[in-house]
Amino acid sequence: MEEKKTKLLEVSKSEWGILIAAVILPFIFDFSPYVQGLLIFILLWVILGSSWNLLAGFTGQVSFGHAAFFGIGAYAAGIPYMHFKLSPWWGLITGGIAAVILGYLLGVLVFRLKGPYFALGTLASGEILRLVFGEEEWLTNGHVGILYMTTWVSKYPYYFIALALAVGAIISVKIVMKSKAGFYFLSIREDEDAAQALGIDTRKYKNVSMVISTFWAGTAGAFYMIYMGFIDPEVVFALHNISIISILVGIIGGVGTIWGPAIGALVMVFVQELFRSAIFGLAPSWVSGLHALIFGVLVIIVILYLPGGIVGDWHLFKKKFGSSKKLEVSK
Amino acid sequence: MDLFLQSLVSGLLIGGLYAIIGIGMTLIMGVLKIINLAHGQILMVAMYITWVLWHTWGLDPYLSIFITIPLVFVFAEGLSKYLLHPLIEKDSILPENQVLMTVGIGMVLVELARSIFTSDYRSIQTSYTDKSLYIGNISLSLPLVIAFIIAIILTVGLFYLLAKTDLGRSIRATAQDKFSATLMGISAAKITILTYGLGSALDAAAGSLLLPVYYLYPDVGPLFTVKAFVITILGGLGSTVGAIAGGLVLGIAETFGATYISSGYRDATGLVIFLIVLVFFPGGLKRFTKV
Repeated sequence: MEEKKTKLLEVSKSEWGILIAAVILPFIFDFSPYVQGLLIFILLWVILGSSWNLLAGFTGQVSFGHAAFFGIGAYAAGIPYMHFKLSPWWGLITGGIAAVILGYLLGVLVFRLKGPYFALGTLASGEILRLVFGEEEWLTNGHVGILYMTTWVSKYPYYFIALALAVGAIISVKIVMKSKAGFYFLSIREDEDAAQALGIDTRKYKNVSMVISTFWAGTAGAFYMIYMGFIDPEVVFALHNISIISILVGIIGGVGTIWGPAIGALVMVFVQELFRSAIFGLAPSWVSGLHALIFGVLVIIVILYLPGGIVGDWHLFKKKFGSSKKLEVSK
Repeated sequence: MDLFLQSLVSGLLIGGLYAIIGIGMTLIMGVLKIINLAHGQILMVAMYITWVLWHTWGLDPYLSIFITIPLVFVFAEGLSKYLLHPLIEKDSILPENQVLMTVGIGMVLVELARSIFTSDYRSIQTSYTDKSLYIGNISLSLPLVIAFIIAIILTVGLFYLLAKTDLGRSIRATAQDKFSATLMGISAAKITILTYGLGSALDAAAGSLLLPVYYLYPDVGPLFTVKAFVITILGGLGSTVGAIAGGLVLGIAETFGATYISSGYRDATGLVIFLIVLVFFPGGLKRFTKV
């Protein structure tokens, strides 16, 4: 009788392997601060990508304004520090909450819209917040930004915090997608009208998805403030560098897959850094200017040839690999 | 009162240019059923072509529309044929596949411009750049007036094309009902690809006309993409007359926002109006223009 209840969280062996590797590797290899920084950025994008993916990939509400939640989270950590000298570390709690409140309020507006209209509505909301936070200097210090002396010089503590947050984000997505709400999300993505006709409260479950998604985006924002020690509206509310990249991380890795954003984040940071460092200094220096361009080309190629992303279309890789092996045998 | 009239007139003039950007976007929206998030980036490409023509051969920016329009038309045809069109048959989880592709295209265009021309601000100085016409106390910037007149000519030309020619009828038919249009012997695929080129060509004209009055840098692309979809939604998606009205409204709203609220809120006014229209008046101005 007890066996009837399905386990909400199933962790496969390879997932345990990845987690253990992520914990142990920094102790075995003495990564340079540069590599540590890259790892932290990958983890940050895992959080943001998973957050976007839950709302867009699983629930079908393609948000173009995730920077709004990331930014509000960062400012929820930064503003109390600036005005009351409250430690930004509280942001790890307040950031998520502030983003959830904003997400809920925005949801009242933008969930009235569907498809491309929803995308544009969220895009505009993010842009409005960027402009407002830049102008209201009494509250946010405007374009001067908020500066904070980071707690530790070493990057290892930040690495483990980021890892914990990323694991938390992935686990929460996993649990939600195994629960009843997860199936409602999928039905909303596939056909919202049909879902409603079957008696699913689509508005409520879109809000549930929004709340979980924005919580992680806000927490990621607060972590960014704590880790970087500096925020300004153009950075944390950036349309391209935050909102669009969160989408592209999801697209490259695989929309609507649990590990997609993680793979996407890895690929994104790796490709960008490979070219930013001019292929480890082997290529002429002008190559380093091409990092964003190459990433854009990669996005186009993925959309054209791997519409399911790397994780979603993994079976295609396998097939190609398998068939080529067979050919060799037949020779 | 002078300030009010001055803002109104400046807004109208810039609104004329916004209108042709919006018409281009709305054409694409009507036929392809996607929001072209590379629209501003294509405008940026046209601005850079104009700048290069002016910089190397001293070609007048207004004359260069005869070069930018066909060049960008062919370029956009290529984008549409090889990058956007193949996605129709692709099976993907999110229906917004093509929109995301335009995001990718836009990103590549901006970065391409950045690696060729660097992020420097560029502008051009012609003999008439700083000239103004005066009506009473109101000054009209001469380059904007010329641009406004050319924009009107282009708009009238486009309306003639859409209303009177076979091609125009095919475009309108495809926009209304792709399936029935195919039954009537129209090659919907061809028209779809062509329309993306046509919409981008209008955008290119706007780029050339804007250059004498605007700074040029790679990130001007995303800025105009945002403006373009604001105009399109304001006007009502797929409505050409609405796009004209939307362009003018956005132009006026921006100048009033800059004059009466704060110049920092110039771009925010447009966005706030956009959200209000999107949420509360979903048909946009199409409700009033009916076309």
